[in-house]
Amino acid sequence: MMDADALLAARGLCLRFGAVAALDQVDADLWPGEVLAIVGESGSGKTTLLNVLSGRLHPDSGSVLVRDPTGAVQDLHRMEAPALRALHRSDWGFVHQNPRDALRMRVSAGGNVGERLMAQGNRHYGDIRSTAMDWLRQVEIEPGRIDDLPTTFSGGMLQRLQIARTLVTHPRLVFMDEPTGGLDVSVQARLLDLIRTLVARLGIAVVLVTHDIAVARLLAGRIMVMQRGQVVETGLTDQVLDDPRHAYTQLLVSSVLSA
Amino acid sequence: MTVMLEATGIDKTFTLHLQGGVAIDVLKGAALTVRAGECLALTGPSGAGKSTLMRALDGNYRIDAGHILVRHEGRMVDLAQVPPRTVLEIRRQTLGYVSQFLRVVPRVSALEIVTEAAMLRGAEAEAARQAAAALLARLNIPPRLQSLPPATFSGGEQQRVNLARGFVAGHPILLLDEPTASLDPVNTGLVVELIHEAKRRGAAIVGIFHDAAVRDAVADATLDVLPYQEAA
Repeated sequence: MMDADALLAARGLCLRFGAVAALDQVDADLWPGEVLAIVGESGSGKTTLLNVLSGRLHPDSGSVLVRDPTGAVQDLHRMEAPALRALHRSDWGFVHQNPRDALRMRVSAGGNVGERLMAQGNRHYGDIRSTAMDWLRQVEIEPGRIDDLPTTFSGGMLQRLQIARTLVTHPRLVFMDEPTGGLDVSVQARLLDLIRTLVARLGIAVVLVTHDIAVARLLAGRIMVMQRGQVVETGLTDQVLDDPRHAYTQLLVSSVLSA
Repeated sequence: MTVMLEATGIDKTFTLHLQGGVAIDVLKGAALTVRAGECLALTGPSGAGKSTLMRALDGNYRIDAGHILVRHEGRMVDLAQVPPRTVLEIRRQTLGYVSQFLRVVPRVSALEIVTEAAMLRGAEAEAARQAAAALLARLNIPPRLQSLPPATFSGGEQQRVNLARGFVAGHPILLLDEPTASLDPVNTGLVVELIHEAKRRGAAIVGIFHDAAVRDAVADATLDVLPYQEAA
């Protein structure tokens, strides 16, 4: 059922919201260390798919098999809530488009990063603080800002802080929902480069939802194109974007303005 | 000598859905064989499908029929049949591609671009950095430029960064799409040297060379790619 070294395998996912098929017979596979982009316009079902793959939403039918840190295969939507929470606390991460959805705005930057370590059972204050400091540096936030509240941070810094908070536990799999959406172009470039470098260095697998195919090209090895809840085309990112076969992919690719 | 790359019966048609579904046939039954240490030059009029064939050999364009056998880690693998992850692995280890243009990543320096390419094929970080710096310098990209992102470089400089990235890792098969297109005579001569060196270490090369002098200097054989109607 699941490839021996795969991290995640989804089969036949269906989910309806009233009359709308948000997911219609979607399959997806993910292997360790690879970045898979899900692209499509608003309403194509890409964010719904991300939420189902990460266990935040239940499908009407179909299954998602995942490999847990012990190597055992689990049926994601049949896992007990505590086991799923444990998975999300350390082995998985989720980067939201709006960092305010993930960060605690009344807790210091260092506290936000350290919290995931404490949730894992780490209790040594000095270690947590020095690890948080190190991660702020890795996401290019002045270590001197460690005790500042996120409310004093710019949008780009907040997003980098969210990434530090997510990666501090060395997750094997990170879900990202439009991580560069809503940021200025120059801030976006810096963030993309940071994500690209960290993901490659740490060997993290990523499922990335984006409406921006340039972001997909930069970060993802493989891509899935969604339209009205269906995957209309899938393959290597450069194949799908340079030689699009489906009418909808051709439309997406031809609609991009080049500077 | 060992066959490194063997393509047979390649058909490629582009269907343009946004233009009323018009189908453009580009390749019909294209075939080629390249052995270790050999350079095959694709020739033929502009628009005949040379670049399409090159992109098919890289796995960038998906073909409608045919086989692309690549010697990957000691055995022949059909690039047209393997899953996407395997195509990426083949590109990392076996199949290098030098396109006409450098796709620049914001904020990444020329040296890092070339170092990353060497590391992808398994070189250790410091060795990769030294090899990258040496090759860039040889291609007349001095250290002060190496530390800058190539977005602001001239066309010729970008192309030389691109060439360094393609040659640094020592892939056993190299695909070169107009490697000297925007270069002056001195740098063109350097590229000819690099191609000769790659051949001597046993690389199999397929190239498109508009410059006839370059082609004559490096090619062991030529393959005429004809427009579709004439070939059919």
